[in-house]
Amino acid sequence: MGKLFAVVMTIITVVSAGFIVAHVWWMPVDISTIGPKIDQQLEETMLATGVLFLSSQLILAGFAWKFGDDKKRKIKYFPGGGAPLIAFAIILVGMEILVLSFIGSKVWASIYMTPPEQGSLQVDVAAEQFAFNFRYPGPDGKFGTFHPERVRDGNGNFFGLDPENDVDARDDVIVGTLTVPVGRPVALTMHSKDMIHSFYVPELRIQQDIVPGLIIPLHFTATKAGKFEIVCTQLCGLGHYSMRSFLEVLPQDQFDQWLKSQSGD
Amino acid sequence: MSSPEPAVHHHGPPQGFIRKHIFSLDHKVIGKQYYGLALVAVLAGLILSWLMRIHLGWQNAPIPGLGKLSPTGAPGNVMTPDYYLSLMTMHATLMVFFVLTTAPFAAFGNYLLPIQIGAEDMAFPRFNMMSFWVTFVSFIVLILSFFVGDGPPLAGWTSYAPLSSIGGIAGPGQGTGQTLWAISIAIFCVGQLLGSLNFITTTLDLRTKGMSLARMPLSTWGWFVTSVIGLLAFAALLPACILLILDRTAGTSFFSSAGLVVNDQVLPHSGGSPLLWQHLFWFFGHPEVYIAILPGFGIISTILPAFARKRILSSRAVIGCMVSIGFLSYMVWGHHMFVSGMNPFSAVLFSVPTLIITIPATIVVLLWLGTLYGARMRYTSAALFCIGFVSVFITGGLSGFFLAQPSLDTYLHATYFVVAHFHFVMALAAMFGIFAGTYFWFPKMFGRMMNETMGKWHFWLTFIGVYCVFMPMHYLGLAGNVRRYAAFTDNYLAPLIPLHRFISIAAFFVGAAQLIFFFNLFWSRFWGPKATDNPWEATTLEWSTTSPPPFDNFGGRHLVVYHGPEEYGVDSDTLEYVMQTSPQQIKTVSGE
Amino acid sequence: MASTTKVPPHTPIAPDLTSDGERVIGSKLRVQSKTTAVGVAHNALPAETGIWVAVAAISMSFASLISALIVRQGVAPDWLHFQLPRILYLNTGILLASSVTLEICRRGFDRRPEFSGKESGNDEAASCAFLWLCATMALGLFFVLGQVMAWRDLAAKGLFLSSSPSSSFFYVLTALHGLHLLGGVAGLAYVLYRLWPGAGLQQRRVLGVASVYWHFMDGLWIFLLVILASRK
Repeated sequence: MGKLFAVVMTIITVVSAGFIVAHVWWMPVDISTIGPKIDQQLEETMLATGVLFLSSQLILAGFAWKFGDDKKRKIKYFPGGGAPLIAFAIILVGMEILVLSFIGSKVWASIYMTPPEQGSLQVDVAAEQFAFNFRYPGPDGKFGTFHPERVRDGNGNFFGLDPENDVDARDDVIVGTLTVPVGRPVALTMHSKDMIHSFYVPELRIQQDIVPGLIIPLHFTATKAGKFEIVCTQLCGLGHYSMRSFLEVLPQDQFDQWLKSQSGD
Repeated sequence: MSSPEPAVHHHGPPQGFIRKHIFSLDHKVIGKQYYGLALVAVLAGLILSWLMRIHLGWQNAPIPGLGKLSPTGAPGNVMTPDYYLSLMTMHATLMVFFVLTTAPFAAFGNYLLPIQIGAEDMAFPRFNMMSFWVTFVSFIVLILSFFVGDGPPLAGWTSYAPLSSIGGIAGPGQGTGQTLWAISIAIFCVGQLLGSLNFITTTLDLRTKGMSLARMPLSTWGWFVTSVIGLLAFAALLPACILLILDRTAGTSFFSSAGLVVNDQVLPHSGGSPLLWQHLFWFFGHPEVYIAILPGFGIISTILPAFARKRILSSRAVIGCMVSIGFLSYMVWGHHMFVSGMNPFSAVLFSVPTLIITIPATIVVLLWLGTLYGARMRYTSAALFCIGFVSVFITGGLSGFFLAQPSLDTYLHATYFVVAHFHFVMALAAMFGIFAGTYFWFPKMFGRMMNETMGKWHFWLTFIGVYCVFMPMHYLGLAGNVRRYAAFTDNYLAPLIPLHRFISIAAFFVGAAQLIFFFNLFWSRFWGPKATDNPWEATTLEWSTTSPPPFDNFGGRHLVVYHGPEEYGVDSDTLEYVMQTSPQQIKTVSGE
Repeated sequence: MASTTKVPPHTPIAPDLTSDGERVIGSKLRVQSKTTAVGVAHNALPAETGIWVAVAAISMSFASLISALIVRQGVAPDWLHFQLPRILYLNTGILLASSVTLEICRRGFDRRPEFSGKESGNDEAASCAFLWLCATMALGLFFVLGQVMAWRDLAAKGLFLSSSPSSSFFYVLTALHGLHLLGGVAGLAYVLYRLWPGAGLQQRRVLGVASVYWHFMDGLWIFLLVILASRK
């Protein structure tokens, strides 16, 4: 039985690790300035855990193979008893923790604890059951005031605007997809009108819950043009799985053209 | 010192069917009742998982009979997305509360803790009986949600506000079903509090002569630490559930924000905080997962030496690790909330103890591995599940390492990577602990041996199968596959559907393999070969009495304990092991 | 079935112990092999430990509610400050008085040496305890009645459970405390029932357990009152 366990364990370990090493199913290409750092941290963590995974499972397999119920063999004790293992665990894991915390907190801080850059493209995001809507400030560069009581899905007033009385609201551009220029920092201000939703673009490597009652900031800079999916990751009701939009990253000139054409409507 | 009179006036032998089997004060009967409840719950949870996996692999497949259970949830026997979420919510709630909190802790702990410390019964037998029946009522209330209003809640076992707090307008499943859920969990808390009260008091006060805290078996330590964690965790969950019920039924605004607009209607709530619910819930929720796993730590640490025929490498270190895990478990709850909208600086604060908690967990795993080194391992079903436990716990623990770092969680949060992680440590490791415990203690509890052949088939099919089901979920997560989705309609998810189908098929096989276990349980209960007092040649006190034990555990004897539980592999010339109650002095430990 | 190693009958081995009773494992680890047993206090009532466990759990519950209160007050501007009904201070006095009467009841025994150590006391001690215990229970019930009157006071001002988070927490905290206090009254009734045959050692222990709970309820109320009164 022990030998069988060893064989099965080895196969499971090698196959599982193999799929990871071969990147059979893996992260999509990153399109964010922060992407390389996050990916590097993931790779480092994967390497460390991979080494631990392989060594511990194969050691387990090896012990299962070797230390079966053999009456002729005397019971052996691990040299030094528990102390060296305890020391090893503390030192190894301790070091790992320090390194990863230190690096990781810098990456985290650069996304979530630093303000967006000056001159970022401001976009207002409204999440609801089950759609994302986006608002650009229009040529006047100012957002109209948000009135929650005026929000009406029926006539598309997702942002509760009052264009009759609010000058700034008149030129706000409201669209169903998030279009941004390549290489320009984007600053989102997100709010939800009903449940907790979440904004996630795997290629950007970031996600952020959108909590009703709060205005949640998130900023990023896209580095590659293309069309990517924005999905909701916080359970918000029956349509959670279908709550999706698109992030369209355009070269700067195409973006300017697009924005102009939207404002013209 | 002469044998002291116990101050607890224990009950005499029970008379009559009701007193013996239904409203019993005997901790052994209560333990078995909890186990039976967990069995029913796990069967229900398993069936729900099958339904979920069918739907995830084949969205439009009609499932025979489902339309009967819920005409609105499955018109034409095809599951709606909301019903999927409801089944998912109930699957998780049943498994986390009624299986993983009930079986390792309430079932085994109730049965074995008094015996392992040499007591006649728990400190408060009537509270103990109440704790089971309160838990039973909680179960019934939860199950009722399948059959009332528009069905079970769909907000997940985590029940985040405002989805869970604004009432039926949130959508299907969020009416009566969600209120029943909250009531059920509140009742469950009461049952657990009564149980923890018993465990703690019994461990502190009713140990027999010679049973110092250091000599308690590690399984007892596991239940003791769990009961302390549980006391404080469930005490925090109960008021949270009360506040949730009030938000739903009494118009309060604890968790429901102001200005919510649903169906073009502005709701009258006035400024509640959804994040407040998350903090309260996870302050309970994180210790809860350690409540699920620590009894397993204790069980494995007790069973492994018995089959390895050598002491665990350092039982004091294992105790220290269990205590420190229990203590640290209260400091990490924010790691479920890194991207929740809470202050991002808190994320850094929470990630530190989260990473630190890996240290005692690593130590314990290394000590188990170190115990296997040089052992003479007897590979019974129980022993196989022990080493299986070590394997799946390693895998599950390592995936946690990713999630503990906020900068990686920003990508992996709410993906199948998280699902893989918690299934490995809870569904697999904690469940393997239950299996190991069952195979090990079944002879003591029922006086009969379980069938070893069936046990081994159960192990192999389960062990291979669960890796097939849950290892691929890591890959799905790395690919960005979001969780709690009823269907995979996004473009980037389409290529992952074949992998989902593989998982579903593996899940059906693994589920079917559990039928071997159920069958083995029932068959052996009535027709298994009779068990001796100590079929495993183990040292702890339960093996010093008959199988099954008499109603007062030791037939009127007051045991005296001379040793810790670790005396295996001692002096191989004459005695190979020394029981805790044996006055035998130990000469040397063999192999050195 | 596990492999059945034949277990030879227990034969005593000449102990290979060092002079101070240590067992040698190899040459490195030494473990004390105690054959004298560690005594456990068997005369204590488990309830004497259990009550502190219960106190810990109840404290945690109220601590969660209070932290929820503090957070909730801070997140939104809808906290309607109101003056606490004056009767609360009278109720506090009643509850403090009840702790005093309980202590008088309890210490009455210890001051009578002829009853300490005996298994059953005499009727005079029992009836004395009976009176003070009844006084405590009555004061407890008056407290709860007073709390209900405080609620009616608030309702008359238009402050209901859902009016504002401030009133919500007020009702929830006072209701839960009141319920726990009624539990304490029930506990004292049980003590009364146990005290009936006489004031022996066991009964005094039971009274001690109930006193811990009662005084805790008292202290908890003071704490809640301070929190509620300090809200702005």
